[in-house]
Amino acid sequence: MIPPPPAATTAAGPSFSTSHFRAEREADWIAFDELLTKLERRGATALSSEELLELPVLYRATLSSLSIARATSLDRALLDHLEALSMRGYFLVYGVRETRLNRLRRFFLYDWPAAVRAVWKETLIIALIMLLGVMTSWSLVAHNPEWFYNFVPAELAGGRDPRASAEYLQSTLGHGKAAGDEETSGLHVFATYLFTHNSRVSIMSFALGFAFGVPTMMLEYYQGISLGAMMALFASKGLGFDFGGWLFIHGTTELFAAVLSGAAGLRIGAAVVFPGARSRLQAASDAGRTAGKVMVGVIIMLLVAGILEGFGRQLITDTALRYGIGTVMLLLWLGYYYVSRREDAT
Amino acid sequence: MTAAARARERAAGAKKLRQFITPEGVDLELKIASSSMRLGALLIDAGLIIVTLILFTLLMIWTGIASRSSVVISIWMLGAFVLRNFWFIGFELGQRAATPGKRMMGIRVVARDGGRLTADAVVARNLIRELEVFLPLTMLGLGAAEDMVSGWTILAGVAWSLTLSLFLLFNRDRMRMGDLIAGTWVVMAQRAKLDSDIAASGETAGTLRFTDAELSVYGIFELQELERVLRGRDARAMREVADAIRVKIGRPVAEEDESFLLSYYPQLKARLERKLLFGKRREDKYASD
Repeated sequence: MIPPPPAATTAAGPSFSTSHFRAEREADWIAFDELLTKLERRGATALSSEELLELPVLYRATLSSLSIARATSLDRALLDHLEALSMRGYFLVYGVRETRLNRLRRFFLYDWPAAVRAVWKETLIIALIMLLGVMTSWSLVAHNPEWFYNFVPAELAGGRDPRASAEYLQSTLGHGKAAGDEETSGLHVFATYLFTHNSRVSIMSFALGFAFGVPTMMLEYYQGISLGAMMALFASKGLGFDFGGWLFIHGTTELFAAVLSGAAGLRIGAAVVFPGARSRLQAASDAGRTAGKVMVGVIIMLLVAGILEGFGRQLITDTALRYGIGTVMLLLWLGYYYVSRREDAT
Repeated sequence: MTAAARARERAAGAKKLRQFITPEGVDLELKIASSSMRLGALLIDAGLIIVTLILFTLLMIWTGIASRSSVVISIWMLGAFVLRNFWFIGFELGQRAATPGKRMMGIRVVARDGGRLTADAVVARNLIRELEVFLPLTMLGLGAAEDMVSGWTILAGVAWSLTLSLFLLFNRDRMRMGDLIAGTWVVMAQRAKLDSDIAASGETAGTLRFTDAELSVYGIFELQELERVLRGRDARAMREVADAIRVKIGRPVAEEDESFLLSYYPQLKARLERKLLFGKRREDKYASD
């Protein structure tokens, strides 16, 4: 080609010009933009099958326009628009590969139990730590009831302390049927309070995990301590078996969830300290994803525990039946998590 | 501003760009959202959560008075719990991967490895938030509520928890603790409207012709600054720019600023784009022509 013609002749225009390029492709961009807006607003079901088929075609056309525009055009507004449009398109086209229902199904069938199985070592460690906490406070409170006040905060105890009579303690276990409607509704609120409190503690013990897991272990130990103190208190008044049932019906689920949340936190802490062959950043994000799945499970478990606590415990007052339900729940969880299944490889 | 300062400024802007190559082989050049954007989004979300909580509380009080049932208290506690923990998770799991606050600031969450943003990553990054946002507040609240904690203990606690919260200031990619653990980034996702091509409209409007020597004084950076001014339509800015160009190319003030710029811009753009086609990219006026 002949070197730059005088600027005065540009109005006539060379055979390729960015305004021609734009005029030719603009319709595609607008169509793509409209499609994306529709997709964002109302999801994939809002698109007809023609529109769905058109989507990847328009996406590729836009990406190719972006490449050409970057090489030839100096119009900042045009470049910005194409970049933003391509990015939006990329995340929508590649974002979701399966339906929401499918994802849910996979989570419950494989991902959740697999994630829990992956943290089995951490689960054992945390369970042992909690057990240690229970034994510590049990032995201390059994020898000297005064210790109880150091272990259990007053708002959590709700009057259940060494000064309380055996009858009062009995009534908190839901055996005193004589207690009126007022009394049970009070317990109902108390159960909800416990649920939200437990969830917060679980989330905390997970989130604290990246500080090398140390605060997580301390938190779990502390949880064990308040549990042990309660058990020692009820046992000292001869209500150990009843308290066991009161605790067991929801406790197997709730404590299991607490242990798992600690295990998830510990997993992250361990990955940061001992990343192995991967980079520390990579190890942390791998551990974080496993732990994230476990935490979704933990919250579901705590919801189940909350329902068992709020309703099951109110309606079922027979101690043996309470033990039965608690055991069945424990077996269900254990079977769900640890019995291996065939399609795991996927 | 000197050339060196400009180059530094542009390098600083470029540092925030991260390569992000789609399977089609196009680099999308994601731009990391700044910490002030993140703070803005967080404040908007916090405001919205508080407003929602207040409305929800009023509704519950009203229902409670009407029904005289203590179940309402349980529902309120559960609702507050869900609002606090699932506001962020719920919105970030949506198609746009952004909470209302993030949407307003034009940012979104993206998986660092370029894959899709999974639910577990969103959950992990937001449960850590509990620690980053609420721990310093809890520490402060604890200090205010209980006398047994001394002032220094509170200070140490708040300082410790703040180093966690401000973690994003200490790394290049502006990752929170939660982003680090979930393997995510927060990037700019501003929508840009498709504005009309000034050059196309200018070609008909401009009657002025410039010589090649008059057009060869500027590069791409100046062209795009000129475009910004023309799109801004601010009379004073246009006057300043037009005067600067007139001085530079030695033209007398003979016509309206806007029509002067509207005829200069398309010709400069056409010249630079033609050079671009021949593989010569002149970044700014300091680069050789």
